[in-house]
Amino acid sequence: MDINFLLQQFINGLQLGSLYALVALGYSMVYGVLLLINFAHGDIFMFGAYMGLFGSIVLGWPFLPTLLLSMAVTGLLGVTIERVAYRPLRKASRLSAVITALGVGLLLENGMLALTGADPRSYPTGFVSDQVYTIGGLSISTVKILIITLALVLFLGLYLIVQRTKWGMAMRAISYDKFAVPLMGVSQNQIIALTFFLGTSLAAAGGILWGTAFPVLSPYMGMRVGWKAFIAAVVGGIGDVRGAFVGGLLLGFVEIFVVALGQPFGISSTWRDPIVFALLLIILVARPTGIFGVARRQKV
Amino acid sequence: MSKRSVSILVLVAILLAGLLPAAAQTDCDFAGEIYIGVIASLTGDRPKVGQSTEEAAQMAVDEVNAACGLQIDGKNYEVVILVEDSESKGESAVAVATRLIVDEDVLAIIGPQASVEAVPAGQVANDRETPMISPWSTNPATTFDRPWVFRAAFLDPFQGPVVAGFAQEEFGAKTVAVLYDIASDYPKGLAENFRDAAIAAGMDVVAFESFSTGDTDFSSQLTNIIQAHPDVLFTPQYYNEVPLIVQQARQLGYEGPILGSDSWGTPDLLDLCGDACNGAFFSTHYSADIATDVAQAFISNYEERYGAKPDDVAALTYDAFHILFQAITNAQSLDKADIRDALADIELFEGVTGLMSFDEQGDPIKCAVILQIVDGAFTFYDSACPAGFPPESTEEPAS
Repeated sequence: MDINFLLQQFINGLQLGSLYALVALGYSMVYGVLLLINFAHGDIFMFGAYMGLFGSIVLGWPFLPTLLLSMAVTGLLGVTIERVAYRPLRKASRLSAVITALGVGLLLENGMLALTGADPRSYPTGFVSDQVYTIGGLSISTVKILIITLALVLFLGLYLIVQRTKWGMAMRAISYDKFAVPLMGVSQNQIIALTFFLGTSLAAAGGILWGTAFPVLSPYMGMRVGWKAFIAAVVGGIGDVRGAFVGGLLLGFVEIFVVALGQPFGISSTWRDPIVFALLLIILVARPTGIFGVARRQKV
Repeated sequence: MSKRSVSILVLVAILLAGLLPAAAQTDCDFAGEIYIGVIASLTGDRPKVGQSTEEAAQMAVDEVNAACGLQIDGKNYEVVILVEDSESKGESAVAVATRLIVDEDVLAIIGPQASVEAVPAGQVANDRETPMISPWSTNPATTFDRPWVFRAAFLDPFQGPVVAGFAQEEFGAKTVAVLYDIASDYPKGLAENFRDAAIAAGMDVVAFESFSTGDTDFSSQLTNIIQAHPDVLFTPQYYNEVPLIVQQARQLGYEGPILGSDSWGTPDLLDLCGDACNGAFFSTHYSADIATDVAQAFISNYEERYGAKPDDVAALTYDAFHILFQAITNAQSLDKADIRDALADIELFEGVTGLMSFDEQGDPIKCAVILQIVDGAFTFYDSACPAGFPPESTEEPAS
């Protein structure tokens, strides 16, 4: 097993992990402020990818404007979903909210199915250059470079917003104590809406990047990615943006390297999912709150 | 009678009068109707397969009804199809097969297409003693030990060696790699048949990598495969997965030939794959390039009606209907058992996809063709027939 092989697999893992990380961020942020597991998040990711189709095919826009358009529109969709579906239930039991989230996801999925049909689609050729760079036996496509850098930039941007701005401070404060925050004159609704906007627009970016890496888009594409990102967020420590990012990368790497390194041990690629999820379970047993999670004491 | 009810009656009469000519468009005198169930994957992973199924079924039935339907004991029967959606899933295929047989009391079922649906649905048809023909399923388990289940496609134990032999002859391949979906009956069965045939032919299987249905990232498996330096890569996947596999293989630096199987033959593959699939080969059921007269007529009628060339699913579905029509006509009966016997007794059938005869398992013996993707189109490359087929006495199919 030579070093090139390992490096190539490392880049493969980085690409897959970055995509999971982008989707996991939104899961984690929404949970942070609302303690709601937003099961519609995978389908919001799908919506973002489809907005990319709208921008690139219907409007004929190049990559960057399409990305920004999709992030903006999907972000607004996230805010609308929160306003219409989740806000009226904020005082209801958490179970009702989770079921509503599942319903919103089904609505998006089947709505898109009715609107565009079940045929898989792809972005037009030339949307992202299909150039492949070969460096010392490594093959790196433009798509891979784009995904890895954009994911990192978006994560750092988000991290700065959360850690360094007043808005970010308010978000963290709500997640700490949502009753005290309004007493300080900060609008809870505004902060929650902002959180949804940021989280869903990151999912949209993830959707478009996913669609350029794996260009077969269908209304069901969000389901599996949604589950995996949710798992990544939990393993990283749900509610923490660093945790979501690290969890996503970790999931990507484990998926790639189980297949890459299993062969000498007689483990075929068939064992990918069982081993991945067994490993993640072990992490959760060792650290029930996830890698970055902090146990919160429940006030009674 | 009040004025109002009179006017309603008049309105109803006008409406009925408007409907009548439409109902009596053909001058045939139908003695009754024959219900045939069609199971098609209209939604889910393979919507195109379902669409081709429905279109070809509707065309076959409309044509036979325009010719006054099927004649049994001197009476004409109109053929009516009931199309049900299998959602590209085995469990839904079972549910709709049961519904068609129990609730709708259909005489026979055409479909479902993919083996992952046809294998379990075939069990239902066999248990409930209803003739079923799966046009497209190539996995042996669909018909094996099921006297009520038939098919119109050749089998994977034939297709696997065809592709393996092609790899050896065309590319002088000594090493082969396989990437397949382990969770789906068709790719799994065919990958194993190909592997066994390759080993039997003296080739080395240097990588035998798998994934699960719904996966989209194959970079890890493909990097493993490239590391093993195979002469050819074989991937028996469906049209929504092939573009991902081929594009990722090329992006990771694989330059050798890529081979596929009949599941590639849906035109949507060309749109999704773009230039990446050019140069790839796959085995399939028929080619529009070498069509016989029967096939030419079908292709031009289909194109006229739907504005697109029929794919192999459409051709096989059309053939399945004609096999069933022939069996019903031969049986001269509307009894399921008689039709089953008549299906088993068909000796030689000339369909759109060529000549075929049937063995004792209800499986056709027929030729395969190898197509190449050239400039974004499926192009005839070669054909391969089982030993001793077609029989000497009959005319060779134009090739």
